[in-house]
Amino acid sequence: MGVTRNPTNITQGSKTKGGLGESTLRPDGTLKVTGEFAYSSDMWHEDMLWGFTLRSPHAHAKILSIDTGEALATSGVYAIMTHDDLPAFTKYGLEYKDTPVLADGVVRYHGEPIAIIAADHPETARRAAAKIKVEFELLPLVIDEETALADGAPILHPNRDDHHAGHVTHPNIVHRQPIIRGDANEAAQRADIVISGEYEVGMQDQAFLGPESGLAVPAEDGGVDLYIATQWLHSDLGQLGPVLGLPEDKIRMTLSGVGGAFGGREDLSMQAHACLLALRTGKPVKIVYNRFESFFGHVHRHPAKLWYEHGVTSEGKITHMKCRIVLDGGAYASASPAVVGNASSLAVGPYVIDDVEIEAVALYTNNPPCGAMRGFGAVQACFAYEAQMDKLAAALDMDAVEFRQLNAMSQGTIMPTGQPVDSPAPVAELLRRVKALPMPPEQQWLAGDSAGRSTDVRALPGGLSNTTHGEGVVRGVGYAVGIKNVGFSEGFDDYSTARVRLEVINGEPVAMVHTAMAEVGQGGVTVHAQIARTELGVAQVTIHPADTQVGSAGSTSASRQTYVTGGAVKNSCEAVREKVLELGRARFGSYHPAWATAELLLEGGKVVTDGGEVLADLVDVIEGETIDLELEWRHRPTQAFDLVTGQGHGHVQYSFCAHRAVVEVDTELGLVKVIELAAAQDVGKALNPLSVVGQIQGGTTQGLGLAVMEEIIVDKNAKVRNPSFTDYLIPTILDTPTIPVDVLELADEHAPYGLRGIGEAPTLSSTPAVVAAIRAATGLALKRVPVRPEHLTGT
Amino acid sequence: MRVTFNVNGRPQEADDVWEGESLLYVLRERMGLPGSKNACEQGECGSCTVRLDGVPVCACLVAAAQVQDRDVVTVEGLADYAKDRAAGRCGTGACGTPLGEAQKWAAKPADGQTGESTESGDLSPIQEAFIDAGAVQCGFCTPGLLVAADELLERNPSPSDQDIREALSGNLCRCTGYEKILDAVRLAAARGESVTAGEGV
Repeated sequence: MGVTRNPTNITQGSKTKGGLGESTLRPDGTLKVTGEFAYSSDMWHEDMLWGFTLRSPHAHAKILSIDTGEALATSGVYAIMTHDDLPAFTKYGLEYKDTPVLADGVVRYHGEPIAIIAADHPETARRAAAKIKVEFELLPLVIDEETALADGAPILHPNRDDHHAGHVTHPNIVHRQPIIRGDANEAAQRADIVISGEYEVGMQDQAFLGPESGLAVPAEDGGVDLYIATQWLHSDLGQLGPVLGLPEDKIRMTLSGVGGAFGGREDLSMQAHACLLALRTGKPVKIVYNRFESFFGHVHRHPAKLWYEHGVTSEGKITHMKCRIVLDGGAYASASPAVVGNASSLAVGPYVIDDVEIEAVALYTNNPPCGAMRGFGAVQACFAYEAQMDKLAAALDMDAVEFRQLNAMSQGTIMPTGQPVDSPAPVAELLRRVKALPMPPEQQWLAGDSAGRSTDVRALPGGLSNTTHGEGVVRGVGYAVGIKNVGFSEGFDDYSTARVRLEVINGEPVAMVHTAMAEVGQGGVTVHAQIARTELGVAQVTIHPADTQVGSAGSTSASRQTYVTGGAVKNSCEAVREKVLELGRARFGSYHPAWATAELLLEGGKVVTDGGEVLADLVDVIEGETIDLELEWRHRPTQAFDLVTGQGHGHVQYSFCAHRAVVEVDTELGLVKVIELAAAQDVGKALNPLSVVGQIQGGTTQGLGLAVMEEIIVDKNAKVRNPSFTDYLIPTILDTPTIPVDVLELADEHAPYGLRGIGEAPTLSSTPAVVAAIRAATGLALKRVPVRPEHLTGT
Repeated sequence: MRVTFNVNGRPQEADDVWEGESLLYVLRERMGLPGSKNACEQGECGSCTVRLDGVPVCACLVAAAQVQDRDVVTVEGLADYAKDRAAGRCGTGACGTPLGEAQKWAAKPADGQTGESTESGDLSPIQEAFIDAGAVQCGFCTPGLLVAADELLERNPSPSDQDIREALSGNLCRCTGYEKILDAVRLAAARGESVTAGEGV
């Protein structure tokens, strides 16, 4: 019980600290720096077994037989399951249910799961897996557009019943989205210069640090408790129910610590496998992929081939654009249909072009499945259209930034889908800002090192390899800007749910926020606490662990989570506040007329009028009551794109980022060092400035990786050649330059607090900016990312 | 086999260790110390960086048997290690908890995912700096980075940016773009609390 104070004694309200707009620190920060934070791979249960997955060594083969006898006889092995042992529905998928839980007589990609093993030690499980004898009959491969659409090509999914099966022109096409607006051929007549180009983007991997892992614990009611790292608990749940043959209330999922995601945890990985083994053995089962397996355990970013044509007048106005984007979706659909929708609807970039002809397709092949990764179809398009912009500017002898500004979209621009951009679109301004930032000093390696040498080789391309002291090193500067949608598009019911409880504990008002939002590192938990503090005026906020005991929060992807679940938390807090004020009016309404007449707020633990007059202490208003509400919240509805014309108001919100890259290239060895990668982004409203900047820097760095090093190499036999951090390179702190960030805050009136989703936009323009800078330094055309040393030395 | 060694100043033993097990596996799965992370298990990412007799190593590349009778410091012991160092007690992490402190010890309530479990006074300067600078996002790389950064500041209390980059080049991070990690190390150095028994280079 708190001390009851007479409201008349209270004279001063105080602003609540730790609210929106402040750089409050992460609530999980201390746990994370002490090693106490429980990630999915840290789960432990008494008497638990270890699960392991046997994966296909071939990319396309019929399975003639599987002999598990010797493996099962291994001491310490508790269970082995193949497709024939599955209890219920045998497939899953984000959009099409086309992915077998365990290979169904055919393997369609290198690394496809064939059998799962539970044993008392991970090494026992691995050794048992090696004893499983599988007989294969190799099948012809589909590896690209040519082999996918050739006469007599193997049809990878012959009996498609998905919602796009009827309109695709070939069964090996997952989805196709044309967008036609105006008349590109007629507009081309007005062009003084026409520039076309062919571009290619390699297969990038999310390469989150926390490998796929989790713990499934069988429950007494015949159900299962799953502790898992994922991006969307309820999406996993919806796919697991049919596979396990259990009603959803028997599958209780709790989010454990997530070591990054970036799209790679949208699809199921080991979730079903762990649950199946746990239910089969009656014991808890933990599965942790090692890094090698992780490269097979999740989908990648679609590699793409892109053909673009633009026309310009001699004054520099773009007349038309035609493009074709071919995405390699790999063996299963995953998120490919939505990626196609994104790639096509954003293919124009942040520019005003009235006459366009766009086509994007995703293919079924025997390459590794591709799906969601930060930027989701817009990354590939941005690399191509930004290369085109530089070419057009060069053909006109114009400055690359001025040319972009001349054609930049703004609020009111109509997208090729017919959708007007109805919130700020400061494309020209972002370019201006990023260009106005001071340049890093020339020959910065001459600053000297701490040992007193005049040249610090660590600041040069090649670094401590000591390959140059500045000889043959050329500097280049490049610019790029991109456009990304925020939220799930094309008519998807993209809602979120938040439960907010307000009560008095130990004489203090305490708010509890409970959502199913996957905190993957983005800082959603920080923002939820800030929202609750701001809306409810309480200092203490508890964030309840995310689980499936509360309604869906949707996915932590598409830059949407702060917007949609943030919106849901705000909405629920407002409803709680209304209840508080109702209680207050009932308890204290007779003390002061303002209870009935004024606009009332909760601030600093008190009920105050909008004029700042304190009416009551929050503790006194809610003493003895618990207000506990769970509400769904939705953003504005969107529409599907017409399958023929691509017309439709498909997107919720757009987000914009611009980059300037400064690189130094050792032209003799083809080594690139990015010296600086400056970003300017409109975030609508920075709810937590520190987190906003961190997010932009992280996204920028992933774009740098795609520009100069990151690629999953798939050979002609559709086999992955580099599934390790030894051979799949992500930027280290030596590869990553200083990243100045200029944050613009132009509110979007349609969004909660005016915010704009920010996670993906920096990943778009970073890549083309770096490549433009390398082009500027070397004079080479560079049509493919990642750019490798051999592309720069011609060897 | 049985392996006996000091972890964060306390003698520990593990039974039934298979000969191929790594120090990382023993720490995480047999000793209840999951702070050292398992991001690649091939010595490429630095997430499992611990100090072995003071030297930063990837625990995934150390066979468990190699640490018999030696001293290991993990992220879980980093705060105590830094405290001992500041007090000039010992530089190996092997000095353990003084009797007086042990007698005053009390468990702190911890809420697995949401709450603060540690009073901020119980953190080492580098841990404080990582939180304050926003260097933690998903946090999976954080423990390894902290051990490596702490060792850097012990060697070199005022490192240049290039020194920091060189020292942390074996630690991959996928979330932050490293800028705030640099900020954190600069901050810890500037706060000058990393005064150590070891003299800087």
